[in-house]
Amino acid sequence: MSPVSRSTQDPLWTRLLLIGAAVFFLVLFLLVPLFSIFAEAFKKGVALYFEALTEENARSAVLLTLTVAAITVPFNALFGVAAAWVIAKFEFRGKSLLLALIDLPFAVSPVVSGLCYILVFGANGVLGPWLQAHDIRIIFALPGMVLATIFVTFPFVARELIPLMQAQGSDQEYAALSLGASGWQTFRRVTLPNIKWALFYGIILCNARAMGEFGAVSVVSGHIRGETNTLPLHVEVLYNDYNMVAAFACASMLSLLGLVTLLLKTFIEWRTGLRHRHS
Amino acid sequence: MHSSISISSKRPRRVLPGFGLSLGFTLSYLGLIVLIPLTLVFFKSTGLGFTGFWKVLSSDRVQSAFRLTFGLSALAGLLNGVFGFLVAWVLVRYQFPGRKLLDAAVDLPFAMPTAVAGIALTGLYAPNGWIGSKLAPLGIKVAFAPLGILLALTFIGLPFVVRTLQPVLEDLESAQEEAAASLGANRWETFRRVIFPPLLPALVTGSTLAFARAVGEYGSVVFIAGNKPGKTEIVPLLIMTKLEQFDYAGATALASLMLAISFVLLLFLNFLQRKTSLSRRSS
Repeated sequence: MSPVSRSTQDPLWTRLLLIGAAVFFLVLFLLVPLFSIFAEAFKKGVALYFEALTEENARSAVLLTLTVAAITVPFNALFGVAAAWVIAKFEFRGKSLLLALIDLPFAVSPVVSGLCYILVFGANGVLGPWLQAHDIRIIFALPGMVLATIFVTFPFVARELIPLMQAQGSDQEYAALSLGASGWQTFRRVTLPNIKWALFYGIILCNARAMGEFGAVSVVSGHIRGETNTLPLHVEVLYNDYNMVAAFACASMLSLLGLVTLLLKTFIEWRTGLRHRHS
Repeated sequence: MHSSISISSKRPRRVLPGFGLSLGFTLSYLGLIVLIPLTLVFFKSTGLGFTGFWKVLSSDRVQSAFRLTFGLSALAGLLNGVFGFLVAWVLVRYQFPGRKLLDAAVDLPFAMPTAVAGIALTGLYAPNGWIGSKLAPLGIKVAFAPLGILLALTFIGLPFVVRTLQPVLEDLESAQEEAAASLGANRWETFRRVIFPPLLPALVTGSTLAFARAVGEYGSVVFIAGNKPGKTEIVPLLIMTKLEQFDYAGATALASLMLAISFVLLLFLNFLQRKTSLSRRSS
């Protein structure tokens, strides 16, 4: 960064005032709530904290959360790579429409995204009678929760890869192909190494949202304790039972997930030397 | 970026393999997961007919939920515009200890699950919470009141404004500022006439993103809202309540209106972002 010349430097008191206001706001608004989660979780001691995390319903909630994420993330990563490949490497009609549609799930309320699967697979849904006749459960069961999670995390990987691959162009791929590499070899040896950090970046964001999603999953889960409660839903159940220590203990685990995500994200931004742009 | 596009467009089209496969997969995945289910929401709500649709929307409970949701979301977008601008400005322009940490912390509302944010804010601002207990004697009620909803909506929207403004602020050339200063403008005039105008599109984009997110937000709001029909009940919660009462027609009617609004916002944002990227390229 170049030294700021005197004429464009704000006066000292302005600087101090603005820095003070911003720091106060961020600490009060972001860091105090984060800190309070851990304070509430450990309020009644470490033993109760760990009891809340190892209790049976909590364990099955963790397992379900991990299962949902383990199915969701690979699917959306695969989609992200395919969408970025077709958008960045080829010209075709309707491309900007496709780009806008990929972002669509971010604009939709999580409750509405859950609802639209009820309209497809629910008892009164389009496929409802058929599913019932064949004894297949999608709503109020794992498949519905996975679908709702895929919906809300849909754009994460794609929107990290598309701008990067567009900026990188296709010259390296052309070179590889002209030297006799097959399409698959080109992708694996040339494209993949070029996009691996952005891919990883998208995957961790996708994973964080997949494990933390509440609204959409809440609509399709049916809230069966020990069966269809993910960790965020389990937090809600505990909270509504006034079991605050347990609710905040489970919330603290989800906060740790968020913190690890932030840490990895900051690490990638530092490693790639690229300041990430969200917009 | 510009040059690479013009080079590749001069090459014969579709030399690279995998066009059919990747386009086919992209379109079928997008169609099955997103487009068909969403279209169904509109399709189902047309089954109500105009009068049925209007009957759902004209009820007092629904109308006050819409007023509350959109009023508070707009206010949250505005608040985020102010605070987000302050935070982005300080993070980009000034050096101070702890700056990097705070910069990373800005993403907390994105990284934290909404339910976690919801119970944390409720715990803090409830009448017996750390902050709520200080505000209660002053007669300020945050949790279980509209103010609490505003707080949650502002919380989840903050990163949008900061992250949209930061790159634009970083790209701002100091030459114009120096010129303004050397021509005798004071700092405030320089800010108002030289620095602020090119930031405006990004500021509006960020605030609109925060607004759009707030309109659909559910997880962080339900805990702090109190959820009293007609008073502190937001539209996403009302949809949820209707679903739990098996009023699928009512829920679908509300959902289709929310979806239509999302589409409009998305179009507006696309327009804004095109504008922002144009002004960034030309500067």
